[in-house]
Amino acid sequence: MTDSTFKRFVEVGRVVLLKSGPSAGKIAIIAEIIDHNRAIIDGPTTGVPRQSFPYRHLTLTPIALTKLPRGAGSGVIRKQAEKEGLVAKWESSTWAKKRAAMEKRRSLNDFGRFSVMVAKKQRRDVVRKTLGQGRIEDVWI
Amino acid sequence: MARSRQLAPGVGRFSRSQAASRRGLYKGLKKSDKPAPAETPAFKEVTVGGDKNSGTRLVPTSKAPRFYPAEDVRQPKKSRKSPKPAKLRPTIVPGTVLILLAGRFRGKRVVFLKQLDSGLLLVTGPYKINGVPLRRVNQAYVIATSTKVDLGESKVDAKINDAYFAKPTTKSSSAEAEFFEEGKPKAKEAFPEAKSADQKEVDKAVIAAVQKQENLAKYLKATFGLSKGQFPHQMVF
Repeated sequence: MTDSTFKRFVEVGRVVLLKSGPSAGKIAIIAEIIDHNRAIIDGPTTGVPRQSFPYRHLTLTPIALTKLPRGAGSGVIRKQAEKEGLVAKWESSTWAKKRAAMEKRRSLNDFGRFSVMVAKKQRRDVVRKTLGQGRIEDVWI
Repeated sequence: MARSRQLAPGVGRFSRSQAASRRGLYKGLKKSDKPAPAETPAFKEVTVGGDKNSGTRLVPTSKAPRFYPAEDVRQPKKSRKSPKPAKLRPTIVPGTVLILLAGRFRGKRVVFLKQLDSGLLLVTGPYKINGVPLRRVNQAYVIATSTKVDLGESKVDAKINDAYFAKPTTKSSSAEAEFFEEGKPKAKEAFPEAKSADQKEVDKAVIAAVQKQENLAKYLKATFGLSKGQFPHQMVF
């Protein structure tokens, strides 16, 4: 497998993001692979109950727990996840941050959306003005 | 008014607007009153012969029918229901910012003041901020946002009711004569001062409350619109 371009694998200990069901949007850990369609996932630290879950309704993340034994129970998974700081690792990733930002934007009310627009305008103004100053020097040197 | 010859059942020769212009309704509806029918007395006096008949007798002008219908004709039931004013949506409370969806101020964000007896909503721009005057709107043509302007205890004057917005009755004269007086277009009537004073009076508390919150005046001044990828049913207001 040295020449494979794949980086994320369905494996015991792989952290996955759920795309559907009551726990959609949460992350969980693969505890055991059932077959080529489903795996047992568990998320004791993220509030996802242990269940079998089809792969087509989850996304693999680049994070994985190291040295998680196959078919580990919830207690073991919790211990491992807490030891490796799983939730913190996920929340500090750009992916999770982008998701959080999108969620926040969607939950804004009309006035909130307007305030964001005003703030963006102000930022744009500052950026353009500073950029403009720089450009003059660039052109004439 | 069969001026639109039928080409096929339900399909006229002329379009709706062509037929309308041919009917000449733009000239105005005929309004002449029919003369009231002369009242006929219920009885009339008739001279009768015979000594014992006291000379004259009162006879009903219209005879009572000699026959009664064999079958009873059903009387239509009288409805005892009457329209009630619309119930106010729970999301609309005094101070709520509303987005108008119809009429000449569509897209404007306005402040809700109170519900009138007719069920219509009394709103104001405020006029100074976005040019929307005191106005009545139907709540069906409004999006209620979760943004509130804190109006506190201030109450709207009771004189601003449905009658306040009624149009003043004008003398009946042809529209043309009214528009062109002495060959010149008539000058526009000035907005009544009492009304603009009322507007200022009502807006004073609203504007003061709006100024307290950052960006809120700007928000009210801006109009609402949907941009790419925005779907009203997926948005939070």
